[in-house]
Amino acid sequence: MDLTPHLPALQVVVPMLAAPLIVLLKPRGLAWAGATAVAMLSFCIAIAMTIDVLQGKVFTYQMGGWAAPYGIELSVDAFSAVLLLVVSGAGALGMLAAHASVDQQIELERQPLFYSAWLLAMAGLIGIVVSADAFNIFVFMEISSLASYVLIAGGPDRRALPSVFKYLIMGTIGATFYLIGVGLVYMMTGTLNLADMEVRIQEVTELNPLLVAAGFITIGLALKAAVFPLHVWLPNAYTHAPHMVTMFLAACGTKVAIYVLIRFDFLVFQSALPGHSTQFASFLMPLAILGIVVASAVAVFEGHLKRLLGTSSVAQIGYIVLGASFLSAAGLSASVTHIFNHALAKGGLFLAVACLACHYRDLRLSQLAGAAKTMPWTAAALVICGLSLIGVPGTAGFISKWLLINAAMAQDNYSVLLVAVILLSSLMAVAYVWRIVETLYFGSTDNVAADGATDIIREAPLPLLLVTWLVALANIGFGFFPQLPISLSSGAASVLLGQLP
Amino acid sequence: MELLGYFNYFVFVVLLMIGLYAVISKVNLVKKLIGLSIFQSAVFLMYITMDKVEGGTAPIILAGMPEQIYSNPLPQVLILTAIVVGVSTLSLGLAIVVRINESYGTIEEDEILDAD
Amino acid sequence: MTPENTIALILCLPLFIALGIVVAGRFSDNLREAVTLLGASALAGLVWSLLPELMAGERPALEIGEVLPGLSVAFRVEPLGMLFAALASGLWIINSIYSIGYMRANREKNQTRFYVCFALALWAAMGVAFSANLFTLFLCYELLTLSTYPLVSHKGDPATVRSARTYLGILLGTSIGLFLPAIIWTYHLAGTGDFTVGGILEGHISGADVGLLLGLFVFGVGKAALMPVHRWLPAAMVAPTPVSALLHAVAVVKAGVFAITKIIVYIFGIDFLFATPSSGWLVYAAAFTIITASLIALRQQNLKRLLAYSTIAQLSYVVMAAAVLKPLAEVGAAVHMMAHAFGKITLFFAAGAIYTAAKKTEVHQLRGIGRRMPWTMAAFTIGALSMIGVPPTAGFVSKWYILAGAFQADNLLVVFTIIASTVLNAAYFLPIIFMAWFAAETPDGPDHGEAPWLMVFALTATAMLTLAFFLFNGPVIELESQLVRGGIQ
Repeated sequence: MDLTPHLPALQVVVPMLAAPLIVLLKPRGLAWAGATAVAMLSFCIAIAMTIDVLQGKVFTYQMGGWAAPYGIELSVDAFSAVLLLVVSGAGALGMLAAHASVDQQIELERQPLFYSAWLLAMAGLIGIVVSADAFNIFVFMEISSLASYVLIAGGPDRRALPSVFKYLIMGTIGATFYLIGVGLVYMMTGTLNLADMEVRIQEVTELNPLLVAAGFITIGLALKAAVFPLHVWLPNAYTHAPHMVTMFLAACGTKVAIYVLIRFDFLVFQSALPGHSTQFASFLMPLAILGIVVASAVAVFEGHLKRLLGTSSVAQIGYIVLGASFLSAAGLSASVTHIFNHALAKGGLFLAVACLACHYRDLRLSQLAGAAKTMPWTAAALVICGLSLIGVPGTAGFISKWLLINAAMAQDNYSVLLVAVILLSSLMAVAYVWRIVETLYFGSTDNVAADGATDIIREAPLPLLLVTWLVALANIGFGFFPQLPISLSSGAASVLLGQLP
Repeated sequence: MELLGYFNYFVFVVLLMIGLYAVISKVNLVKKLIGLSIFQSAVFLMYITMDKVEGGTAPIILAGMPEQIYSNPLPQVLILTAIVVGVSTLSLGLAIVVRINESYGTIEEDEILDAD
Repeated sequence: MTPENTIALILCLPLFIALGIVVAGRFSDNLREAVTLLGASALAGLVWSLLPELMAGERPALEIGEVLPGLSVAFRVEPLGMLFAALASGLWIINSIYSIGYMRANREKNQTRFYVCFALALWAAMGVAFSANLFTLFLCYELLTLSTYPLVSHKGDPATVRSARTYLGILLGTSIGLFLPAIIWTYHLAGTGDFTVGGILEGHISGADVGLLLGLFVFGVGKAALMPVHRWLPAAMVAPTPVSALLHAVAVVKAGVFAITKIIVYIFGIDFLFATPSSGWLVYAAAFTIITASLIALRQQNLKRLLAYSTIAQLSYVVMAAAVLKPLAEVGAAVHMMAHAFGKITLFFAAGAIYTAAKKTEVHQLRGIGRRMPWTMAAFTIGALSMIGVPPTAGFVSKWYILAGAFQADNLLVVFTIIASTVLNAAYFLPIIFMAWFAAETPDGPDHGEAPWLMVFALTATAMLTLAFFLFNGPVIELESQLVRGGIQ
């Protein structure tokens, strides 16, 4: 039987159905092995689909055989493929590396539940990406959010609880705003299928409800995506979550919300609302610029490693939104490439953090001094990913910055300002990354409370370290051979801009 | 009387704002969750009331019945799902509040902030 | 072996050397140092083996791959790059000999890391030398910064780490903040960044923008230490002396002026720049740096800092010569890179030898040291004379060409600057030489002789090179005159 046409459905169904079964696997090694196998399978499905998408194929799948627009439709194009790779890749590699870190942070009897929540979060995020139905996106968004609340609160740090409560409140408000927006669009068009919506929305004459809907959807998703200044839930949630969870969510959590935001605004509203493009751009561009500058500046003075990296994520989200707000093919493909490359860089950084956490309970920078002596491989991987975050040539981060600056130069207005902002924030990235490097390599080890002596090499467990290095090398690999993300993202840009005159 | 014809939307907006206000202004975490529930219920109301077609009846098609105007059933189905989502969010929120109470001994936000 | 393979081998070899050093370092120090020396000799041999082809007018090239459309990693040997590569790899051999003596005599820690980073820095320098386009140049330029950072912060105490932060901050800051936008601007305008004889920008840009783009390039290449982006160079003096000698007198700083010369010659094109008045400021900026840095050097008490400021001034000679925009001056720029390298490495070697033997770092401590360390101070004298430009040293040759170029362009400012700076150079070097040879030694000073023979050998060798270059500069001049002619096609 040829499974290829069913891949979009399997992509969601496999992790979702496996999740409750994992709970039944009591011996913890088995639970981990099962969850890893499922996550890997889902990664393989994503790769298989990406290969087809690269050849120009677009997957569509009618759930239960009911034809769209009445049935629920799944679809995978170039844009979705990027996100699928990121989500399932982060989920699978994270799972592969997670064992040691999870052993350290989660009690034995709760581990199967943890793995199951991980798969649910993955299934939810994947579901958002493959759905072609506005309401389905909402449901998957809530599935992934509920699972990630559970994951974040699962660690031993009690400060995670108030953080996750804040996240829950803000996340639910964001999702509900999205729901209101979808309701208003449904009221005017009578359909929930995105492709159908695109067509029917042209016939709508009363534009005010649509305008309100666009506002609700944009704000709601910006909340979920932690676009500045709606990002306040993010640094705390990332800081106090278990390390592997931080890595998973930092790599793909907010990016999926941006994906929906871009999709909705470009495909549905762009063609229907006159002047929407300018409204979208002039609303998001200042926020993106502010986010980039303010969050980078805050990160420079942050003293806790995880919070520093989390704050830097807010700035990086700013880059993605900035690229989209250019409303040009170059800007959008820079944006989508950055989704991919930032996932690599930040995922690698948080993996390295998880390695460090194996021996350093306290992740404040002052406590990590001289860690490069005890964990040389971890520190080296962290430096590579840090360079990618800065955008040093030869790393993945450079590619997306290059594309973004080129796109900014092609803008008619403010191009000099935009380039200046991107460069300024790169310099601030140098500053905050170098604070980490300096502490790890040259910090004085006098007042550090690591468990055990500081001058013996005590590396993180091998699987964790190997995955960290895999990601670090991927940062270099995609810095020299970026054809994959670039061809996908230019495909995505042409899909999104197809509607524009 | 066009304005009054939209009274269901007024109810929706008022409820939405009451909920949002409670979420923002209340310090007690349980009260925040209550606000969140009101906020979500307002949206359910919007969906449910919008499917009403004037003179429409329940969309049950029976053999032998004359052609009739039916109300739209789809939003009701959607909102059933949304209610399930809302209930699970609420219960997860309450579970977190319980754990906060266990580890901090309080559910007042300002006291929790002071504790760390 | 085809020249293409030689290039590929040159670009891989330092990596293998680094790896070899790591492995050998596990077993014994002697083995590790043998690997370094052997590797350095092999690298120099490979680089020099490309010379005949180059002299014959060949331009061997190697393309690794295309990263983005129009943006490729590619290497191409041309006269200027060859000069830089030959210089850096050749002096690496002598410097390795010197390092062995220095690191052992001073009992430095983390010696394996030191040699590994050194090999990596040379790797990046080879990449800079042979880069065929702006992107490759930028890639290797950043690698060079990053690989030298551990060398600068080698000691690891708070003061050193602070200086290293200045070093990295200024170099990375200028390259990302100014150099990168200049590169992107160039690609945006011309659609390419390939180094092409005659330049690529003509017809794509005009008026004040040319001056602006030139400014972004010149200050973006912070390694050229044009004021006000010169602060990193004195800061880098906290590094062990072999690092200051090879990297901060030869490889790193020369990479900066080399990049600027290459950009002026191959990106702008000298005829185009000469015809564009808005680029004229560069001569003034360079002249200002020469005079100011010399004045600051006059007031330095620390020997290495004095040498650092002298380097800043001498680097601007190259920039100024390139900015004169006349063929003879471009040759002068290339020759001065070489002449200054020989002289300055000798001076740094001498400073390191004095530190190793006598633990003296300040100028006023050098009274009468010539009698205790005659070889070292003789070499120092030769180096200093070369800085001033007295025959029969290398410095005379390059000044001759720069002056000739200046007269070709009727640029009296350049002539005046060179005269003034010669006077200033004499004013800060001659007193040291005089004091070392003729002043009476302060009593109750430490009793010491020469530094370890490895170091003395190295510094004598470079001093001889300084003298030899005065007589045997023919091939270099011939090679570099191909620079502006574009070679025999």
